[in-house]
Amino acid sequence: MQQRGVEVGHLTRRALLLGSAGMGVLATSPSQAVVMSSGSLRTLTEMMEGVQGFDGNFEKFKKARVDLQMTLLADNGNSVPLSVEVSSAMTEQEHITDIYLLSQRNPVLVMARFHLGVASGKAMINTRVRLAGSQKIMAVARTNQGEWFFDEAQVVVTESACVDAS
Amino acid sequence: MAINARLTWSSGLRAGDVVKVRLLVQHPMETGYLQDLSGHTIKRNVIEWIRVEYDQREVFKVDTSSGIAANPFFEFYLRASVTGLVQVSWIDDAGVKGEYSKLLVLQS
Repeated sequence: MQQRGVEVGHLTRRALLLGSAGMGVLATSPSQAVVMSSGSLRTLTEMMEGVQGFDGNFEKFKKARVDLQMTLLADNGNSVPLSVEVSSAMTEQEHITDIYLLSQRNPVLVMARFHLGVASGKAMINTRVRLAGSQKIMAVARTNQGEWFFDEAQVVVTESACVDAS
Repeated sequence: MAINARLTWSSGLRAGDVVKVRLLVQHPMETGYLQDLSGHTIKRNVIEWIRVEYDQREVFKVDTSSGIAANPFFEFYLRASVTGLVQVSWIDDAGVKGEYSKLLVLQS
C-alpha cells in the first residue's frame, strides 16, 4: 500500500504530528515555561507585615469566606486580571472593611488596599494587577469585628512586568 | 480637560439595588523600573489612591501601587439609594489630581 501524506525529510507526517503534540504539552506545562522573575519570594509572615492592624495572631487568620479567582498562567505580567469575592451580608452589624491584595514577589508588597463599607452592598472586586514573575497572590479581608480571612492563588508568569519588553 | 476616566453601570436601576460599577482611569502607572528607548529610567509615577463618592459619601476607595496595571480598572459594587452624582477623584505621585463624575439615575 502506498503511504499517504507529506514527508518531511525522513519524518513521516504522522511522526511529525506526534512529536509536535509532545512539544505542545511541554510548552503549556507551567513547570516547563521559561520564567522571568525578579526579587525573592516572601514568607507568609513577611507578606502579612504589609497589612495594617494585623496583630500577628495567625490562629485568628482563617482561609475562609474569601474567593480569589485568577488565571493559572499569565503570558505577560503587565496586566493580569483577578477577582476577589468575600461572602458577607455587608450590613451595619457585619461587613467587610478592607481587602488587601498581597504579592509574594513584587517589589511592592501591597498591590492594592480596598476600603469598603455598608454602602458597598457586596464585597467583590475585579481588577488587573502587575506581577514580577511566578508567585503566590493573597487576598486578605478584614471584617468590622476585626476578624481576618484570606484566600491565595498560585500563578505562573512567563514574562515579568519588571523587565522592559521593548 | 480631556476626559481620562470612564464610569459605567447598567440602566434601569431602582433604589435598593446593588449596582456593579466599572471604573477605568487613564494613567500610565509608571513603575520606575523600566527604561525608555534611550536607556534612561522612567521616573516612577503611579496613582496613590482613587476615591469614589456617591451622593457626597465615600463608598469606595483604593490605595493603589505600582502593582496595579497601567490604565487602572476596577469593578466594585455600591448600594443605590437616590439619584445622585458619583464622583471619582485621584492623585498621582507627580501631584496631578484627576476628577470625573457621572449622574446615577434611578428609575421611579
